[in-house]
Amino acid sequence: MAGKSEPLADLSVAYTMDKVPAADWLVAAPVVWCILLGAILLMLRKRTDIQPLVAIPALGILVLMTFALLAHVIQNGTVTMTMGRWLPPFGISFTVDLLGAFFAATSALVALGAGIYGRSDVDDTGRRYGFYPFLLLIMAGILGAFMTGDIFNLYVWFEVLLISSFGLLVLGSERKQLDGAVKYAFLNLVATTLFLVATGYLYGLFGTLNMADITVKASELRGTAPLMTLVTLYLLAFAMKAAAFPVNFWLPASYHTPRLVVSALFAGLLTKVGIYALLRILGMLFPFEREELSFLIAIAAALTMILGVVGALAQNDIRRSLGFLVISGIGVMMAGLALGSPAGLSGAIFYAAHSMVVMTALYFATGIGARLGGSFELTSAGGLYARNAFLAAMTLILFLSVAGLPPFSGLWPKIMLVKASLDIGAWWLAGAILVTGLLTTITVGRIWVLAYWRPAPGEGPATMVPASLSAGATIALAGLVAVTIAAGVWPEPVMALAQDAARGLIDPSAYVLSVFPVEASQ
Amino acid sequence: MRTVIFRSIAPYLTSLMVLFSVFVLLRGHNEPGGGFIGGLIAASALAIYGIACGVAPVRRAIYFHPMAIAAFGLFMAAMAGVLSVFAGVPYMSGLWIYPQIFGAEVALSSVLVFDVGVYLVVVGAISSIALALEERDRD
Repeated sequence: MAGKSEPLADLSVAYTMDKVPAADWLVAAPVVWCILLGAILLMLRKRTDIQPLVAIPALGILVLMTFALLAHVIQNGTVTMTMGRWLPPFGISFTVDLLGAFFAATSALVALGAGIYGRSDVDDTGRRYGFYPFLLLIMAGILGAFMTGDIFNLYVWFEVLLISSFGLLVLGSERKQLDGAVKYAFLNLVATTLFLVATGYLYGLFGTLNMADITVKASELRGTAPLMTLVTLYLLAFAMKAAAFPVNFWLPASYHTPRLVVSALFAGLLTKVGIYALLRILGMLFPFEREELSFLIAIAAALTMILGVVGALAQNDIRRSLGFLVISGIGVMMAGLALGSPAGLSGAIFYAAHSMVVMTALYFATGIGARLGGSFELTSAGGLYARNAFLAAMTLILFLSVAGLPPFSGLWPKIMLVKASLDIGAWWLAGAILVTGLLTTITVGRIWVLAYWRPAPGEGPATMVPASLSAGATIALAGLVAVTIAAGVWPEPVMALAQDAARGLIDPSAYVLSVFPVEASQ
Repeated sequence: MRTVIFRSIAPYLTSLMVLFSVFVLLRGHNEPGGGFIGGLIAASALAIYGIACGVAPVRRAIYFHPMAIAAFGLFMAAMAGVLSVFAGVPYMSGLWIYPQIFGAEVALSSVLVFDVGVYLVVVGAISSIALALEERDRD
């Protein structure tokens, strides 16, 4: 460590010498913020009373940051910051385009909901096991995955979110939770290993991990390199993460065991990270290979949505039923990926954002309902409408939204996807989406009739006592419901955003230009 | 494992290993070493002390909970990158200052802060696991 105040060589060969505008810091800020706050909360692990007071405002600031980033990206286009001043492709770039910024903002909103809901749902034991630190760290992983412009770095963020999710799954270390967590951990590790194998293979072929660099080089290598093998490996790895048929079995095996707020967070966000990776890697990096695989993806998509909703229809436990509905929604998004047209991709993006909000809110509603009615089982639940009409109304809105009925946010992406499939003559894919919608309506209708409308077993309507909800849970639920209503009755901005994001995937020149400003202009 | 020989040698061994771990940490910038390997050495030092003298003295000796140490390391490592805001360079850029201490120039950098953070994360996380396992052993 002897001091040498003079640099040895000309730094401009390896370093970017430009000053970073303050607004570009928004690219790194959300992830850094999550890690810093996660660390602080971990130090406060024993102070269970202070934790939510720190975590909830922190998540609020995170929402502000991600929305500021979204506004920045809408105004100025894709933003890149390459870590440690190294010039790309050697430094790790964080490149945020519309897709990344849109997903980041939506997921931050969902996390804020989970933080508020967790205040009443997670008891002191769960907090001592680290609910809030893990919540912040899993958000660091999710946001990092949405923002990074480097494939290996994407792998690292997957690991960060996976390890935090293990922690969240076993809060309290109950027997049933450990059982679910082992299945979840093992199958996810298999998927992550496949991802790593594929990435090693990709590095061998390309000699670069920077996504913008790969996008440029893929067209040169297309004739000679075995890109189809590579892309098929990625498809398998991410389809497993996203819980697409036939590699979806880990999700129903584990999502009903953790604390409800954890299930809600996972259902909302984790599978969508898989969808995001599919959109990014298959949609942007390897569009030709995606085109070749599109029939396979379409079949997987149709089977995922139909079998998912049939699974949901067969369940007695409401949480398990919702887990299958998550899978069914993944099928709808995969259909958009299979189509690959601007309309298809934008439908998938819109649907993913809708699903983040609505699935999380549905789990919240179910949790509140179970606390009022005392059960997740359809056979013994009942009378929730009589106990609390507000909750029943909120749940009904969410049910209609998840089934894709107007005037809520599920309708528009489904219309976009059905129209996109009919445009290319894939009537069977359009049919599958519509049949899924019908079956979903039946599934959620059954839950609503049995758990909400029907009087509780063994109780007459006269003996029902109205029950009030805790403030935190109500705010979290009502906030997310408000989002789905707003996106349903005023869908133009979201639709325009999704369409622009899809255009950015199909024509990645802006993305490349943002990472390599000099080369592209030469 | 509580033999007289081991028990009398363990405190010296532990202090020597912790000292060596700091040496490895500081050496790491230009030569083999660094925060990760240094942290592993320090964690094994604490584990040896725990095996010889029991877990409770170790917990007393490090004062803070191992997880809190790891968390502080994570905080430090992330903050090391945030320093670049003030220099107007991207996150995690290496920043150097060269103060004169007793006439000798000492190179200090944000990289060192990051490395110390990594050291603490490794010490905290590994010794947290090791101490928990040693505690279970006695049950």
